Amino acid sequence: MALIDVERHEIRERMMNDLQRALKKPINKRHWAMVIDQAKCVGCTACTTACVAENHLPPGVVYRPVVETEVGKYPNVRKTFLPRPCMQCDDPPCVKVCPAHATWKRPDGIVEINYNRCIGCRYCISACPYSARTFDKGFFYTDGTPEIMDYEKEPSFEYGREWPRRNRETSPIGNARKCTYCIHRVEKGILPACVTTCIGDATYFGDRNDPESLVAELLGSPRARKLREEEGTKPTTTYLV
Amino acid sequence: MKSTIKGLVWIIAVIGFGVGLYGMFLRFTTGDRLTDYGSYIPWGLWVAFYIYFIGLSAGSFLLSTLVYVARIEKLEKIGKLALFTAFGCLVAALLSIWMDLGHMARVGNVLLHMNLSSMMSWMGILYSSYFGIVIIELWFALRSDLVKTAKTGSGGSRTLARLLSFGSSDISAEARAADHAKLRVLGIIGIPLAIAFHGGVGALFGVIQARPHWNTPLMPITFLIGALASSGALLTAVVYIWGPDKSKEQLNDIMRFLGKIVLALVLFDFLLEISEFLIGLYSMVPAERLPLEAILHGHFWYVFWIVHLLIGVVIPVIILFARAVPKGRPDKPAGGLIAFACLLVAVTFIAVRFNIVIPAQINPEIPGLQYAFSGPGLKFTYLPTTMEWLVSTWVTSFGVLLFLIGEKLLPIVNPEHREAA
Repeated sequence: MALIDVERHEIRERMMNDLQRALKKPINKRHWAMVIDQAKCVGCTACTTACVAENHLPPGVVYRPVVETEVGKYPNVRKTFLPRPCMQCDDPPCVKVCPAHATWKRPDGIVEINYNRCIGCRYCISACPYSARTFDKGFFYTDGTPEIMDYEKEPSFEYGREWPRRNRETSPIGNARKCTYCIHRVEKGILPACVTTCIGDATYFGDRNDPESLVAELLGSPRARKLREEEGTKPTTTYLV
Repeated sequence: MKSTIKGLVWIIAVIGFGVGLYGMFLRFTTGDRLTDYGSYIPWGLWVAFYIYFIGLSAGSFLLSTLVYVARIEKLEKIGKLALFTAFGCLVAALLSIWMDLGHMARVGNVLLHMNLSSMMSWMGILYSSYFGIVIIELWFALRSDLVKTAKTGSGGSRTLARLLSFGSSDISAEARAADHAKLRVLGIIGIPLAIAFHGGVGALFGVIQARPHWNTPLMPITFLIGALASSGALLTAVVYIWGPDKSKEQLNDIMRFLGKIVLALVLFDFLLEISEFLIGLYSMVPAERLPLEAILHGHFWYVFWIVHLLIGVVIPVIILFARAVPKGRPDKPAGGLIAFACLLVAVTFIAVRFNIVIPAQINPEIPGLQYAFSGPGLKFTYLPTTMEWLVSTWVTSFGVLLFLIGEKLLPIVNPEHREAA
């Protein structure tokens, strides 16, 4: 915690500036990274909800659940929280197994899915050691009510394209889906939804290739850990424990 | 007796086809929404049926090479039957995995946008090549009989034979010898192909490091042994019901021979299973241990203990030991019981396939993930829904009907003629 010697309002300002600097560089010179401080996370799940709202996620699709772990026995119980976005691995097992080249690692570090090419075989879901991919079966929250509400049919803007849900057949329905680090926002100079809504500023975002950026600084912390590093996936998302 | 069994199979297949149509209707109108697989357990019943059918197919094909490559005289007359069984199972397999795709119309992307680091792309390549070999080999195996049927047959068989002989008319001894030579070459190409195809599907699971229960180098071997055991059993039952039975002694001989092969394969498969359980249960790693514990004493313990172990191993092994391994009276007819034992092995093998696919996925990769967010498919339990069972019923019935119709119309079995050199 001593690492962050900045006031709270300065954290966001700094991340926004980091973002602007990164966007001026060519895409292959920047590498987006997320750092999550578990000591600051209170488990409010504001990030989960913001993510669902931002990406118009239907029932059964979640990009950033917050996993709670209870330690100790009642009445001496403590809880730890683990927000779990996509790890945007540098060696992503999901990319390796995709039979249709429908998912790949971008030069800026994001693992992207081409929803229009994905065949919905779910091999990537099986292969992800973080369960970070979920399957969009085509449900609506207003299923079973007299009318599917229009707001559920509004498009999401993943990967900078429009993905409306006008019917139950067209992509992203029938596809594997996952956290995109809100790249559609980031490329417009806006921080990911989970970062801006975090009530404790526990999630940081920026360009890890920029030594001046906040994330680059935090990645050097002795508290920095990757999830299931033994898998050899080289995750980008990093936790401060 | 045999005609009663044949009639019964027809009735079951037609009913299955009809009832299953409702499942297909639901599959095409409601997509994946009525299924129980989802995000944390992404693969379910249809994947299990897929590996079950390709196992039956690859195994039947490999057994057909005993005729066309190894030229085991005893089995000459069942070569075409084995090939045609391989074909029927392969079609059912394709249908099963096709139903499983979230975007069925994009199945071609597996070949169009091939990713050679994906075992599923390899599966697509090997499946297509293997399918080609089976079709071509089946044609050469049937060619001379098709020509004859086109000339002397009657009704639908004659029309179909004319159509399928593609203008070929030479049935001289030289032409048939040339067919046999081609069959041998095709069989020789087919052996490594069938092994690569089915072993490759084992590897498709074996390479998934995230699921330690699958992630073993023995996976392709387990798949192949299982394929040979289940298909050997299926073929033995098929031979008894639909095979050449002009000479009772000869049929008895074939049944005993196949019965012994099946017995050895079932026992070898069981040995692999014992090894897998003993090593796996010694482990403290939850991802290794939990799937095995779920198989042995989870909610669906009976799939292993009753369906697989009792009906699929113990009873058939006892029968096969008693009937296929001759003691005292080797000439005593034993075909019916051997066929029954083999049918038990073949049918219950779906339990083995089910226990490969599902339990490996029940261990949460991140403990507590199932409580973090709720929604359809966000759970680590799985029970196939009625719709899933109906679709699998339709797919199975389709394969069986394809076999039954083919067996009726095509010269798959010709008691008058020996087919291999």
